Amino acid sequence: MRWRDASLPLLVFAALAIAPFIGFGQGHALTLLARAMIFGMAAMSLSLLVGGAGLVSLGHAAMLGVGAYAVVVLDHAGVTEALVVLPVAVLAAALFALLTGAVAIRTSGVHFIMITLAFGQMAFFTTSSLAIYGGDDGYTLFSRMEVAGSRFLEGRLAFHFTCLALLAGTWLLVQALLDSRFGRVLRAAQQNEVRAQAVGFAPYRYRLVAYVIAGAIGGMAGVLLSQAAEFVAPAYLTWQRSGDLLFMVILGGLAGPHGALVGALAIVLIEEWLAELTEHWRMIFGPMLILCVFFLRGGLVGLLRR
Amino acid sequence: MSALLELRGLSKRFGGLAVTQDVSLSLALGEVHALIGPNGAGKTTLIHQVSGTLAPDAGQVVFLGEDVTALGLAARARRGLARSFQITCLLPGFSALENVALAVQARSGSSFRFFRPARGEAALNARAMAALDEMGLAARAGVPASALSHGEKRQLELAIALAMEPRVLLLDEPLAGTGAEEAERLIALLRGLKQRFGILLIEHDMPAVFALADRISVLAQGKVIASGTPDAIRADAQVRAAYLGDDE
Ligand SMILES: Nc1ncnc2c1ncn2[C@@H]1O[C@H](COP(=O)(O)OP(=O)(O)OP(=O)(O)O)[C@@H](O)[C@H]1O
Ligand SMILES: [Mg+2]
Repeated sequence: MRWRDASLPLLVFAALAIAPFIGFGQGHALTLLARAMIFGMAAMSLSLLVGGAGLVSLGHAAMLGVGAYAVVVLDHAGVTEALVVLPVAVLAAALFALLTGAVAIRTSGVHFIMITLAFGQMAFFTTSSLAIYGGDDGYTLFSRMEVAGSRFLEGRLAFHFTCLALLAGTWLLVQALLDSRFGRVLRAAQQNEVRAQAVGFAPYRYRLVAYVIAGAIGGMAGVLLSQAAEFVAPAYLTWQRSGDLLFMVILGGLAGPHGALVGALAIVLIEEWLAELTEHWRMIFGPMLILCVFFLRGGLVGLLRR
Repeated sequence: MSALLELRGLSKRFGGLAVTQDVSLSLALGEVHALIGPNGAGKTTLIHQVSGTLAPDAGQVVFLGEDVTALGLAARARRGLARSFQITCLLPGFSALENVALAVQARSGSSFRFFRPARGEAALNARAMAALDEMGLAARAGVPASALSHGEKRQLELAIALAMEPRVLLLDEPLAGTGAEEAERLIALLRGLKQRFGILLIEHDMPAVFALADRISVLAQGKVIASGTPDAIRADAQVRAAYLGDDE
């Protein structure tokens, strides 16, 4: 990890840590920040795939969906202990990633995009057909999970700092993965697959492991999303949601997880800000995104670096 | 001495074009076997089949006594079959050092290691640096491969191949694009190293070929039309007609 790549996220984390005490402590602001942090985790996990491994997935929302629906299934069965729910949800998302990734990673380029999209849609339609969990209408959780029996997560600040801790942990993990031997092989295979093979690395297994790790982190983000809203619906798994995540990653910049972090925070917050200004905010947001893609080749973090 | 590498009846067609026709040849430890022939003779395509980049239509590649015909490029590389590319094949965003360190990493333990920064692994860097140094690239270790000159890129290709500690080295025109002085240095270097492995060398630079090769095979239109010692090849009338030109 290079210092300049670390300084930006550390600044962001510090800002998020003091935000509740400098005027962003009300319910609405904290809800918004939690949402931004959760999408930050999801986007960073996706950036491991897109930026690190060159795998442009258009089905990443399904990982969040599997995590969120694991919460629903367990809630329905009366299991609401985070120490059980979180590992189960993360493993479920990892397993989903393993099964779908094992197929998807055999393809590349546009085929990979299409097949991840197809798996995402499959998961979406599956959840909307689950009548016992509310089908299209979704499922309202009775309350947030307990942590070792305590109602810790109900506290606004506690939830805020839980999200922040997991956000920072996700950044550390993704950055460490990219810097490791494993990440070096991933990055090499992304830049020049034949070169990676010629020194003895068959990229498939490395990519699959990356896909599973990204799925697991996505699953964790899905759990947090369910807790933030205390509600889960198939809308979590739409392909538009996958597209949003991809956009956060690309807008922020592909140079590392800090790009995805900045991209996610920027999009969630700008969306909110524009929505407050005018109800026609999408008409402003759309062209803004297009301009960003055209003019910010290194993403937002590339802009900051100049 | 038993052969490190043996090609048995390799054949390959691209549509109607027979690019490799029943090619058999062998390579022993410490030997430089040069493969020469006019442009389009099928030399690179043959290297592709030996290295596992392309699958042959028929025939076998036997490496260290094992039939590796069904294995891919990566699996053959892990067994000690290294190749360089005629068209430079590098990791443009990696530094020269990291290009080589990746090759060292492939030969030193598992790469399913997730937390320790690879760039800080002194053992990998030291061996990578030694390979760069051998190629005279030590001073350029920190430069991204994309920013190297053409000649330096060729040297980096070789440094990567050497860092793989191969048993057999497949070199596809390693001297193309290097200056005369540089070429001389590389020839001396390869001559010094060749006891470590066997080299299958494709090269258009005839003085270099005759300086290095223990055996020469001549490929024309996908067929081996002559094979023998440098002296025998020099004297072969058919070869002179096909390739060397009568003025030589
Ligand atoms: N993928 C391919 N599809 C169709 N034809 C090909 C393909 N690759 C090579 N060829 C043809 O096969 C023949 C042999 O090509 P090859 O690159 O092996 O020649 P070469 O001996 O290495 O030539 P040079 O000395 O110019 O490098 C050429 O006629 C080339 O056009
Ligand atoms: Mg060639």
